[in-house]
Amino acid sequence: MIYFDQVSKIYIDSSIALENITLSVTPGEFVSVVGHSGAGKTTLLKLILVEDKPSSGAIYFHSTDIHDLRRDELTLYRQRVGTIFQDFRLLPNKTAYENIAFAMEAAGRTDEEIEADVPHVLSLVDLEHKMWNFPHELSGGEKQRVAIARAIVNQPDVLIADEPTGNLDPLSTYEVVQILKKINDLGTTVLLTTHNKGVIDNLGRRVITMDKGRVVRDDSTGRYIL
Amino acid sequence: MFLTTKRIIKAGFINFWRNSFVSLASILVMTITLFVIGSLIFANAMMMATLEQIRDRVDINVYFITTAAEVDILEFGDELEGLEEVEKVEFVSREQALEEFRARRAGDAIEMQALDELDDNPLQSRLRVKATDPTHYEFIAGYIDGQVNEVTTDGVPIIAKINFQENRAMIDSLTSIIASVETFGFFLTLALIAASILITFNTVRLAIYTARDEISVMRLVGASYSYIRGPFVFEGIMYGAIAGIITLVLFYPLTLWMGVPSEQFFGGGINVFTYYVENFASIFLTIMGSGIALGVVSSFLAVKKYLRM
Repeated sequence: MIYFDQVSKIYIDSSIALENITLSVTPGEFVSVVGHSGAGKTTLLKLILVEDKPSSGAIYFHSTDIHDLRRDELTLYRQRVGTIFQDFRLLPNKTAYENIAFAMEAAGRTDEEIEADVPHVLSLVDLEHKMWNFPHELSGGEKQRVAIARAIVNQPDVLIADEPTGNLDPLSTYEVVQILKKINDLGTTVLLTTHNKGVIDNLGRRVITMDKGRVVRDDSTGRYIL
Repeated sequence: MFLTTKRIIKAGFINFWRNSFVSLASILVMTITLFVIGSLIFANAMMMATLEQIRDRVDINVYFITTAAEVDILEFGDELEGLEEVEKVEFVSREQALEEFRARRAGDAIEMQALDELDDNPLQSRLRVKATDPTHYEFIAGYIDGQVNEVTTDGVPIIAKINFQENRAMIDSLTSIIASVETFGFFLTLALIAASILITFNTVRLAIYTARDEISVMRLVGASYSYIRGPFVFEGIMYGAIAGIITLVLFYPLTLWMGVPSEQFFGGGINVFTYYVENFASIFLTIMGSGIALGVVSSFLAVKKYLRM
Protein backbone atom coordinates (compact mmCIF):
# COMPACT_ATOMS: atom_id res chain seq x y z
CA MET A 1 0.00 0.00 0.00
CA ILE A 2 2.70 2.49 1.07
CA TYR A 3 6.21 1.92 -0.16
CA PHE A 4 9.28 4.03 0.61
CA ASP A 5 11.93 3.42 -2.03
CA GLN A 6 15.38 4.58 -0.86
CA VAL A 7 14.00 7.85 0.41
CA SER A 8 16.32 10.52 1.78
CA LYS A 9 15.50 13.99 3.01
CA ILE A 10 18.27 16.52 3.45
CA TYR A 11 17.36 20.08 4.46
CA ILE A 12 18.97 23.26 3.10
CA ASP A 13 21.23 23.50 6.17
CA SER A 14 22.58 20.04 5.18
CA SER A 15 20.98 18.31 8.18
CA ILE A 16 19.88 14.78 7.29
CA ALA A 17 16.30 14.04 8.36
CA LEU A 18 15.93 10.72 6.53
CA GLU A 19 18.66 8.58 5.06
CA ASN A 20 17.97 5.95 2.43
CA ILE A 21 14.70 4.66 3.93
CA THR A 22 13.14 1.61 2.30
CA LEU A 23 10.03 0.17 3.91
CA SER A 24 6.55 -0.96 3.02
CA VAL A 25 3.20 -0.98 4.78
CA THR A 26 0.62 -3.50 3.64
CA PRO A 27 -3.16 -2.95 3.72
CA GLY A 28 -4.75 -3.52 7.12
CA GLU A 29 -1.50 -3.25 9.07
CA PHE A 30 -1.11 -1.29 12.29
CA VAL A 31 2.41 0.13 12.22
CA SER A 32 3.96 2.17 14.99
CA VAL A 33 7.04 4.30 14.33
CA VAL A 34 9.10 5.10 17.39
CA GLY A 35 12.31 6.97 17.99
CA HIS A 36 13.87 9.87 19.89
CA SER A 37 13.05 13.45 18.97
CA GLY A 38 14.79 14.26 15.68
CA ALA A 39 14.87 10.61 14.62
CA GLY A 40 12.87 11.45 11.48
CA LYS A 41 9.38 10.21 12.43
CA THR A 42 7.58 13.47 11.68
CA THR A 43 9.51 13.96 8.43
CA LEU A 44 8.44 10.47 7.40
CA LEU A 45 4.78 11.38 7.94
CA LYS A 46 5.18 14.78 6.24
CA LEU A 47 6.46 13.02 3.15
CA ILE A 48 3.47 10.66 3.16
CA LEU A 49 1.13 13.64 3.50
CA VAL A 50 3.03 15.44 0.68
CA GLU A 51 3.68 18.38 2.97
CA ASP A 52 7.33 18.10 2.00
CA LYS A 53 9.28 16.55 -0.85
CA PRO A 54 12.02 13.91 -0.57
CA SER A 55 15.52 14.90 -1.65
CA SER A 56 15.88 11.53 -3.36
CA GLY A 57 13.92 8.31 -3.75
CA ALA A 58 10.17 7.90 -4.18
CA ILE A 59 7.09 7.15 -2.08
CA TYR A 60 4.35 5.04 -3.61
CA PHE A 61 0.73 4.77 -2.59
CA HIS A 62 -0.96 1.90 -4.41
CA SER A 63 1.88 1.96 -7.00
CA THR A 64 1.54 5.72 -7.65
CA ASP A 65 4.40 8.07 -6.84
CA ILE A 66 2.56 10.55 -4.60
CA HIS A 67 5.07 13.32 -5.25
CA ASP A 68 4.27 13.20 -8.96
CA LEU A 69 0.56 13.84 -8.42
CA ARG A 70 -1.11 16.85 -10.01
CA ARG A 71 -2.87 19.28 -7.67
CA ASP A 72 -6.34 17.80 -8.25
CA GLU A 73 -4.97 14.25 -7.86
CA LEU A 74 -3.27 15.31 -4.64
CA THR A 75 -6.60 16.53 -3.27
CA LEU A 76 -8.18 13.14 -4.03
CA TYR A 77 -5.18 11.34 -2.51
CA ARG A 78 -5.52 13.33 0.72
CA GLN A 79 -9.18 12.34 0.92
CA ARG A 80 -7.98 8.73 1.04
CA VAL A 81 -5.56 9.44 3.89
CA GLY A 82 -6.95 10.39 7.28
CA THR A 83 -4.70 12.39 9.60
CA ILE A 84 -4.64 13.11 13.30
CA PHE A 85 -2.06 15.17 15.16
CA GLN A 86 -0.77 15.74 18.66
CA ASP A 87 -2.19 19.29 18.61
CA PHE A 88 -5.56 18.07 17.22
CA ARG A 89 -5.68 20.74 14.47
CA LEU A 90 -9.41 21.22 14.60
CA LEU A 91 -10.85 24.27 12.86
CA PRO A 92 -11.35 26.61 15.84
CA ASN A 93 -14.37 28.49 14.47
CA LYS A 94 -16.31 25.35 13.63
CA THR A 95 -18.25 23.08 15.97
CA ALA A 96 -17.41 19.38 16.32
CA TYR A 97 -20.17 18.64 13.78
CA GLU A 98 -18.90 21.28 11.33
CA ASN A 99 -15.30 20.09 11.63
CA ILE A 100 -16.33 16.62 10.52
CA ALA A 101 -18.81 17.93 7.96
CA PHE A 102 -16.04 20.05 6.41
CA ALA A 103 -14.01 16.95 5.54
CA MET A 104 -17.10 15.43 3.93
CA GLU A 105 -17.90 18.64 2.03
CA ALA A 106 -14.34 18.75 0.77
CA ALA A 107 -14.83 15.22 -0.57
CA GLY A 108 -17.98 16.36 -2.41
CA ARG A 109 -20.47 14.43 -0.29
CA THR A 110 -24.10 15.49 -0.35
CA ASP A 111 -25.92 17.26 2.48
CA GLU A 112 -28.00 14.12 3.12
CA GLU A 113 -24.86 11.98 3.50
CA ILE A 114 -23.37 14.55 5.85
CA GLU A 115 -26.51 14.72 7.98
CA ALA A 116 -26.52 10.92 8.28
CA ASP A 117 -22.79 10.21 8.68
CA VAL A 118 -21.60 12.95 11.03
CA PRO A 119 -23.81 11.97 14.00
CA HIS A 120 -22.97 8.33 13.33
CA VAL A 121 -19.21 8.86 13.34
CA LEU A 122 -19.50 11.07 16.44
CA SER A 123 -21.36 8.25 18.20
CA LEU A 124 -18.48 5.90 17.31
CA VAL A 125 -16.13 8.12 19.32
CA ASP A 126 -18.84 8.61 21.96
CA LEU A 127 -19.24 12.33 21.41
CA GLU A 128 -22.68 12.74 19.88
CA HIS A 129 -23.70 14.83 22.91
CA LYS A 130 -20.90 17.33 22.14
CA MET A 131 -21.88 17.73 18.49
CA TRP A 132 -22.47 21.50 18.68
CA ASN A 133 -19.54 22.34 20.94
CA PHE A 134 -16.64 24.38 19.63
CA PRO A 135 -13.10 22.98 20.09
CA HIS A 136 -12.37 25.38 22.96
CA GLU A 137 -15.33 23.85 24.82
CA LEU A 138 -13.87 20.32 24.63
CA SER A 139 -11.20 18.55 26.72
CA GLY A 140 -7.96 17.34 25.08
CA GLY A 141 -9.25 13.77 24.82
CA GLU A 142 -12.54 14.93 23.32
CA LYS A 143 -10.75 17.11 20.78
CA GLN A 144 -8.64 14.15 19.72
CA ARG A 145 -11.73 11.99 19.37
CA VAL A 146 -13.34 14.64 17.15
CA ALA A 147 -10.11 14.71 15.11
CA ILE A 148 -10.29 10.91 14.77
CA ALA A 149 -13.94 11.12 13.72
CA ARG A 150 -13.01 13.70 11.09
CA ALA A 151 -10.12 11.54 9.89
CA ILE A 152 -12.25 8.43 9.41
CA VAL A 153 -15.51 9.94 8.17
CA ASN A 154 -14.51 9.60 4.51
CA GLN A 155 -13.47 5.98 5.13
CA PRO A 156 -9.81 6.49 4.24
CA ASP A 157 -7.50 3.67 3.16
CA VAL A 158 -4.95 4.70 5.75
CA LEU A 159 -4.97 6.68 8.98
CA ILE A 160 -1.83 8.64 9.83
CA ALA A 161 -1.55 9.46 13.53
CA ASP A 162 1.32 11.76 14.53
CA GLU A 163 1.83 11.50 18.31
CA PRO A 164 -1.95 11.44 18.89
CA THR A 165 -1.60 10.78 22.63
CA GLY A 166 1.19 13.28 23.24
CA ASN A 167 -1.07 15.85 24.92
CA LEU A 168 -3.46 13.46 26.63
CA ASP A 169 -3.87 12.13 30.14
CA PRO A 170 -3.60 8.31 30.67
CA LEU A 171 -7.34 7.72 30.51
CA SER A 172 -7.77 9.70 27.28
CA THR A 173 -4.67 7.97 25.88
CA TYR A 174 -6.25 4.61 26.58
CA GLU A 175 -9.52 5.67 24.93
CA VAL A 176 -7.76 6.99 21.82
CA VAL A 177 -5.67 3.82 21.47
CA GLN A 178 -8.77 1.67 21.79
CA ILE A 179 -10.47 3.69 19.04
CA LEU A 180 -7.41 3.37 16.78
CA LYS A 181 -7.38 -0.41 17.35
CA LYS A 182 -11.09 -0.58 16.54
CA ILE A 183 -10.56 1.40 13.32
CA ASN A 184 -7.73 -0.96 12.36
CA ASP A 185 -9.84 -4.00 13.16
CA LEU A 186 -12.44 -2.66 10.71
CA GLY A 187 -9.79 -2.78 7.95
CA THR A 188 -8.18 0.67 7.89
CA THR A 189 -4.39 0.73 7.82
CA VAL A 190 -2.97 2.75 10.72
CA LEU A 191 0.44 4.40 10.80
CA LEU A 192 1.24 5.79 14.24
CA THR A 193 4.19 7.69 15.63
CA THR A 194 4.55 7.89 19.39
CA HIS A 195 6.91 8.28 22.32
CA ASN A 196 4.57 6.39 24.60
CA LYS A 197 6.08 3.02 25.58
CA GLY A 198 2.83 1.92 27.22
CA VAL A 199 0.90 2.45 24.01
CA ILE A 200 3.35 0.38 21.95
CA ASP A 201 3.54 -2.44 24.45
CA ASN A 202 -0.25 -2.51 24.75
CA LEU A 203 -0.72 -2.69 21.00
CA GLY A 204 1.66 -5.55 20.36
CA ARG A 205 1.74 -4.78 16.62
CA ARG A 206 4.53 -4.01 14.14
CA VAL A 207 7.06 -1.45 15.42
CA ILE A 208 9.57 0.44 13.27
CA THR A 209 12.34 2.06 15.29
CA MET A 210 14.14 5.04 13.81
CA ASP A 211 17.36 6.75 14.84
CA LYS A 212 19.13 9.67 13.15
CA GLY A 213 17.01 9.36 10.03
CA ARG A 214 17.49 5.64 9.54
CA VAL A 215 15.38 2.57 10.27
CA VAL A 216 17.28 0.60 12.93
CA ARG A 217 14.64 -2.02 13.85
CA ASP A 218 11.50 -3.37 12.23
CA ASP A 219 9.69 -5.96 14.41
CA SER A 220 6.38 -7.49 13.41
CA THR A 221 5.22 -7.92 17.01
CA GLY A 222 7.64 -5.44 18.44
CA ARG A 223 8.05 -3.68 21.70
CA TYR A 224 9.34 -0.24 22.50
CA ILE A 225 13.12 -0.68 22.62
CA LEU A 226 15.38 2.39 22.42
CA MET B 1 -20.99 23.28 -8.75
CA PHE B 2 -24.16 24.80 -7.24
CA LEU B 3 -23.64 22.81 -4.04
CA THR B 4 -20.01 23.93 -3.77
CA THR B 5 -20.93 27.59 -4.39
CA LYS B 6 -23.72 27.36 -1.80
CA ARG B 7 -21.30 25.88 0.75
CA ILE B 8 -18.63 28.48 0.00
CA ILE B 9 -21.10 31.35 0.49
CA LYS B 10 -22.48 29.79 3.67
CA ALA B 11 -18.97 29.22 5.07
CA GLY B 12 -18.03 32.80 4.14
CA PHE B 13 -21.04 34.15 6.04
CA ILE B 14 -20.35 31.96 9.07
CA ASN B 15 -16.64 32.89 9.17
CA PHE B 16 -17.54 36.55 8.78
CA TRP B 17 -19.93 36.36 11.72
CA ARG B 18 -17.79 34.18 14.00
CA ASN B 19 -14.62 36.25 13.36
CA SER B 20 -16.61 39.41 14.00
CA PHE B 21 -13.73 41.36 15.53
CA VAL B 22 -11.40 40.65 12.61
CA SER B 23 -14.25 41.37 10.18
CA LEU B 24 -15.00 44.66 11.88
CA ALA B 25 -11.34 45.73 11.80
CA SER B 26 -11.06 44.84 8.10
CA ILE B 27 -14.25 46.73 7.25
CA LEU B 28 -13.07 49.76 9.21
CA VAL B 29 -9.73 49.90 7.38
CA MET B 30 -11.41 49.30 4.04
CA THR B 31 -13.93 52.06 4.78
CA ILE B 32 -11.05 54.47 5.37
CA THR B 33 -9.50 53.38 2.06
CA LEU B 34 -12.75 53.86 0.16
CA PHE B 35 -13.31 57.16 1.92
CA VAL B 36 -9.91 58.33 0.68
CA ILE B 37 -10.76 57.15 -2.85
CA GLY B 38 -14.16 58.89 -2.68
CA SER B 39 -12.65 62.09 -1.31
CA LEU B 40 -10.16 62.05 -4.16
CA ILE B 41 -13.07 61.84 -6.63
CA PHE B 42 -14.60 64.98 -5.09
CA ALA B 43 -11.24 66.75 -4.79
CA ASN B 44 -10.51 65.93 -8.41
CA ALA B 45 -13.91 67.26 -9.51
CA MET B 46 -13.38 70.47 -7.53
CA MET B 47 -9.85 70.85 -8.88
CA MET B 48 -11.05 70.33 -12.45
CA ALA B 49 -13.85 72.87 -11.99
CA THR B 50 -11.41 75.41 -10.56
CA LEU B 51 -8.89 74.83 -13.33
CA GLU B 52 -11.68 75.12 -15.88
CA GLN B 53 -12.62 78.46 -14.40
CA ILE B 54 -9.03 79.64 -14.59
CA ARG B 55 -8.78 78.38 -18.15
CA ASP B 56 -12.01 80.18 -18.94
CA ARG B 57 -10.58 83.47 -17.78
CA VAL B 58 -7.57 83.18 -20.06
CA ASP B 59 -8.06 84.52 -23.59
CA ILE B 60 -6.53 86.94 -26.06
CA ASN B 61 -8.31 89.89 -27.60
CA VAL B 62 -7.74 91.22 -31.09
CA TYR B 63 -8.76 94.89 -31.31
CA PHE B 64 -9.78 96.49 -34.62
CA ILE B 65 -9.64 100.09 -35.74
CA THR B 66 -12.92 101.95 -35.39
CA THR B 67 -13.37 102.17 -39.19
CA ALA B 68 -13.06 98.40 -39.67
CA ALA B 69 -16.06 96.83 -41.42
CA GLU B 70 -17.86 94.28 -39.25
CA VAL B 71 -18.07 91.82 -42.13
CA ASP B 72 -14.26 91.79 -42.49
CA ILE B 73 -13.86 91.27 -38.75
CA LEU B 74 -16.34 88.41 -38.77
CA GLU B 75 -14.64 86.85 -41.77
CA PHE B 76 -11.33 86.92 -39.91
CA GLY B 77 -13.11 85.50 -36.87
CA ASP B 78 -14.34 82.56 -38.97
CA GLU B 79 -10.81 82.02 -40.25
CA LEU B 80 -9.48 81.89 -36.69
CA GLU B 81 -12.22 79.53 -35.59
CA GLY B 82 -11.08 77.18 -38.34
CA LEU B 83 -7.74 76.68 -36.57
CA GLU B 84 -7.64 73.49 -34.54
CA GLU B 85 -5.86 75.33 -31.71
CA VAL B 86 -8.86 77.65 -31.33
CA GLU B 87 -11.83 76.57 -29.24
CA LYS B 88 -14.10 79.55 -29.95
CA VAL B 89 -14.07 83.11 -31.20
CA GLU B 90 -16.48 85.68 -29.86
CA PHE B 91 -17.15 88.97 -31.61
CA VAL B 92 -17.66 92.03 -29.39
CA SER B 93 -18.96 95.02 -31.36
CA ARG B 94 -18.13 98.60 -30.44
CA GLU B 95 -21.64 99.05 -29.09
CA GLN B 96 -21.41 95.92 -26.95
CA ALA B 97 -17.99 97.04 -25.71
CA LEU B 98 -19.49 100.40 -24.74
CA GLU B 99 -22.39 98.73 -22.92
CA GLU B 100 -20.01 96.42 -21.07
CA PHE B 101 -17.81 99.40 -20.16
CA ARG B 102 -20.82 101.39 -18.86
CA ALA B 103 -22.02 98.41 -16.84
CA ARG B 104 -18.57 97.86 -15.40
CA ARG B 105 -17.96 101.50 -14.47
CA ALA B 106 -21.53 102.45 -13.56
CA GLY B 107 -20.42 103.76 -10.18
CA ASP B 108 -17.71 106.03 -11.60
CA ALA B 109 -19.54 109.31 -12.29
CA ILE B 110 -16.52 111.14 -13.70
CA GLU B 111 -15.77 108.49 -16.29
CA MET B 112 -19.42 108.29 -17.24
CA GLN B 113 -19.54 112.08 -17.66
CA ALA B 114 -16.37 112.06 -19.77
CA LEU B 115 -17.86 109.32 -21.95
CA ASP B 116 -21.06 111.31 -22.47
CA GLU B 117 -19.13 114.35 -23.58
CA LEU B 118 -17.55 112.44 -26.47
CA ASP B 119 -19.30 112.65 -29.86
CA ASP B 120 -18.37 109.17 -30.91
CA ASN B 121 -17.95 105.76 -29.26
CA PRO B 122 -14.20 105.61 -28.58
CA LEU B 123 -14.12 101.85 -27.98
CA GLN B 124 -12.91 99.39 -30.56
CA SER B 125 -14.67 96.22 -31.61
CA ARG B 126 -12.72 93.08 -30.84
CA LEU B 127 -12.51 89.34 -31.24
CA ARG B 128 -12.15 87.35 -28.01
CA VAL B 129 -10.21 84.21 -28.87
CA LYS B 130 -10.19 81.17 -26.62
CA ALA B 131 -7.66 78.41 -27.24
CA THR B 132 -8.33 74.71 -26.77
CA ASP B 133 -5.33 74.72 -24.42
CA PRO B 134 -3.52 77.66 -22.77
CA THR B 135 -0.23 76.55 -24.36
CA HIS B 136 -1.69 77.35 -27.79
CA TYR B 137 -2.00 81.10 -27.22
CA GLU B 138 1.53 81.80 -28.41
CA PHE B 139 0.84 80.04 -31.70
CA ILE B 140 -2.51 81.84 -32.16
CA ALA B 141 -0.94 85.24 -31.37
CA GLY B 142 1.83 84.49 -33.90
CA TYR B 143 -0.75 83.51 -36.51
CA ILE B 144 -2.71 86.76 -35.98
CA ASP B 145 0.55 88.75 -36.12
CA GLY B 146 1.24 87.17 -39.50
CA GLN B 147 -2.18 88.29 -40.75
CA VAL B 148 -1.93 91.96 -39.69
CA ASN B 149 -1.44 93.19 -43.26
CA GLU B 150 -3.80 90.62 -44.79
CA VAL B 151 -6.93 91.58 -42.82
CA THR B 152 -8.14 94.79 -44.39
CA THR B 153 -11.18 96.94 -45.12
CA ASP B 154 -10.85 98.66 -48.48
CA GLY B 155 -7.15 97.80 -48.52
CA VAL B 156 -6.49 99.34 -45.10
CA PRO B 157 -5.17 96.94 -42.43
CA ILE B 158 -7.72 96.87 -39.62
CA ILE B 159 -6.00 95.00 -36.75
CA ALA B 160 -5.11 97.63 -34.19
CA LYS B 161 -3.76 95.59 -31.32
CA ILE B 162 -3.34 92.08 -29.92
CA ASN B 163 -3.19 91.97 -26.15
CA PHE B 164 -1.18 88.72 -26.00
CA GLN B 165 2.14 90.29 -25.05
CA GLU B 166 0.49 92.28 -22.22
CA ASN B 167 -1.20 89.13 -20.92
CA ARG B 168 1.68 86.84 -21.73
CA ALA B 169 3.17 86.78 -18.24
CA MET B 170 -0.22 86.02 -16.73
CA ILE B 171 -1.05 83.37 -19.36
CA ASP B 172 2.34 81.69 -18.92
CA SER B 173 1.98 81.77 -15.17
CA LEU B 174 -1.55 80.35 -15.26
CA THR B 175 -0.53 77.70 -17.76
CA SER B 176 2.31 76.67 -15.50
CA ILE B 177 0.04 76.68 -12.40
CA ILE B 178 -2.57 74.55 -14.18
CA ALA B 179 0.08 72.04 -15.33
CA SER B 180 1.66 71.90 -11.86
CA VAL B 181 -1.67 71.45 -10.10
CA GLU B 182 -2.66 68.69 -12.52
CA THR B 183 0.67 66.87 -12.14
CA PHE B 184 0.71 67.30 -8.37
CA GLY B 185 -2.91 66.21 -8.13
CA PHE B 186 -2.23 63.15 -10.24
CA PHE B 187 0.74 62.00 -8.17
CA LEU B 188 -0.96 62.83 -4.88
CA THR B 189 -3.99 60.80 -5.97
CA LEU B 190 -1.76 57.95 -7.05
CA ALA B 191 0.23 58.01 -3.79
CA LEU B 192 -2.89 58.13 -1.59
CA ILE B 193 -4.60 55.34 -3.51
CA ALA B 194 -1.43 53.20 -3.39
CA ALA B 195 -1.03 53.78 0.36
CA SER B 196 -4.69 52.99 1.02
CA ILE B 197 -4.55 49.82 -1.06
CA LEU B 198 -1.39 48.67 0.73
CA ILE B 199 -2.95 49.28 4.15
CA THR B 200 -6.10 47.39 3.14
CA PHE B 201 -4.11 44.57 1.62
CA ASN B 202 -2.07 44.19 4.80
CA THR B 203 -5.17 44.23 6.99
CA VAL B 204 -6.86 41.50 4.96
CA ARG B 205 -3.59 39.58 4.88
CA LEU B 206 -3.37 39.86 8.66
CA ALA B 207 -6.96 38.63 8.98
CA ILE B 208 -6.11 35.60 6.85
CA TYR B 209 -2.78 35.12 8.65
CA THR B 210 -4.78 34.24 11.77
CA ALA B 211 -6.37 31.44 9.73
CA ARG B 212 -3.14 30.02 8.26
CA ASP B 213 -3.28 26.90 10.45
CA GLU B 214 -6.88 26.34 9.41
CA ILE B 215 -5.82 26.56 5.77
CA SER B 216 -3.16 23.88 6.28
CA VAL B 217 -5.72 21.64 8.02
CA MET B 218 -8.17 22.17 5.17
CA ARG B 219 -5.48 21.07 2.72
CA LEU B 220 -4.75 17.96 4.78
CA VAL B 221 -8.37 16.84 4.88
CA GLY B 222 -8.39 16.94 1.10
CA ALA B 223 -10.15 20.22 0.34
CA SER B 224 -9.40 21.59 -3.11
CA TYR B 225 -7.60 24.93 -3.37
CA SER B 226 -10.71 26.65 -4.74
CA TYR B 227 -12.84 25.22 -1.92
CA ILE B 228 -10.37 26.53 0.67
CA ARG B 229 -9.99 29.90 -1.02
CA GLY B 230 -13.70 30.43 -1.75
CA PRO B 231 -14.98 31.44 1.72
CA PHE B 232 -12.05 33.83 2.26
CA VAL B 233 -12.64 35.51 -1.10
CA PHE B 234 -16.34 35.74 -0.30
CA GLU B 235 -15.46 37.35 3.04
CA GLY B 236 -13.30 39.82 1.09
CA ILE B 237 -16.29 40.64 -1.11
CA MET B 238 -18.38 41.23 2.01
CA TYR B 239 -15.72 43.50 3.55
CA GLY B 240 -15.61 45.53 0.33
CA ALA B 241 -19.38 45.71 -0.15
CA ILE B 242 -20.13 46.68 3.46
CA ALA B 243 -17.29 49.21 3.55
CA GLY B 244 -18.56 50.61 0.22
CA ILE B 245 -22.10 51.05 1.56
CA ILE B 246 -20.81 52.69 4.77
CA THR B 247 -18.65 55.07 2.71
CA LEU B 248 -21.52 56.02 0.38
CA VAL B 249 -23.84 56.60 3.33
CA LEU B 250 -21.21 58.73 5.10
CA PHE B 251 -20.70 60.87 2.01
CA TYR B 252 -24.36 61.92 1.95
CA PRO B 253 -24.43 64.10 5.10
CA LEU B 254 -20.81 65.10 4.60
CA THR B 255 -21.31 66.47 1.09
CA LEU B 256 -24.62 68.02 2.16
CA TRP B 257 -22.77 69.86 4.92
CA MET B 258 -19.89 70.84 2.63
CA GLY B 259 -22.04 71.65 -0.41
CA VAL B 260 -22.59 75.40 -0.03
CA PRO B 261 -19.16 76.19 1.50
CA SER B 262 -17.42 74.26 -1.30
CA GLU B 263 -19.37 76.23 -3.89
CA GLN B 264 -18.50 79.53 -2.27
CA PHE B 265 -14.92 78.57 -1.57
CA PHE B 266 -14.26 77.88 -5.21
CA GLY B 267 -16.04 81.01 -6.35
CA GLY B 268 -18.93 79.43 -8.18
CA GLY B 269 -17.07 76.15 -8.79
CA ILE B 270 -19.08 73.10 -7.85
CA ASN B 271 -21.42 72.16 -5.08
CA VAL B 272 -20.09 68.79 -3.87
CA PHE B 273 -23.52 67.64 -2.78
CA THR B 274 -25.02 68.38 -6.20
CA TYR B 275 -22.02 66.68 -7.78
CA TYR B 276 -22.56 63.63 -5.51
CA VAL B 277 -26.26 63.37 -6.32
CA GLU B 278 -25.83 63.97 -10.06
CA ASN B 279 -22.93 61.52 -10.36
CA PHE B 280 -24.18 58.98 -7.82
CA ALA B 281 -24.27 56.08 -10.29
CA SER B 282 -20.63 56.45 -11.32
CA ILE B 283 -19.48 57.18 -7.73
CA PHE B 284 -21.44 54.14 -6.50
CA LEU B 285 -19.82 51.92 -9.13
CA THR B 286 -16.34 53.30 -8.40
CA ILE B 287 -16.60 52.92 -4.61
CA MET B 288 -18.35 49.54 -4.60
CA GLY B 289 -16.19 48.25 -7.45
CA SER B 290 -12.98 49.38 -5.73
CA GLY B 291 -14.09 47.87 -2.41
CA ILE B 292 -15.07 44.52 -3.86
CA ALA B 293 -12.01 44.35 -6.12
CA LEU B 294 -9.74 45.22 -3.18
CA GLY B 295 -11.38 42.56 -1.01
CA VAL B 296 -11.18 39.88 -3.68
CA VAL B 297 -7.60 40.58 -4.76
CA SER B 298 -6.29 40.98 -1.19
CA SER B 299 -7.87 37.77 0.10
CA PHE B 300 -7.03 35.82 -3.06
CA LEU B 301 -3.34 36.73 -2.81
CA ALA B 302 -3.19 36.24 0.96
CA VAL B 303 -4.73 32.75 0.82
CA LYS B 304 -2.54 31.83 -2.14
CA LYS B 305 0.51 32.38 0.04
CA TYR B 306 -0.69 29.91 2.68
CA LEU B 307 -1.86 27.38 0.10
CA ARG B 308 1.69 27.20 -1.20
CA MET B 309 3.12 26.29 2.22
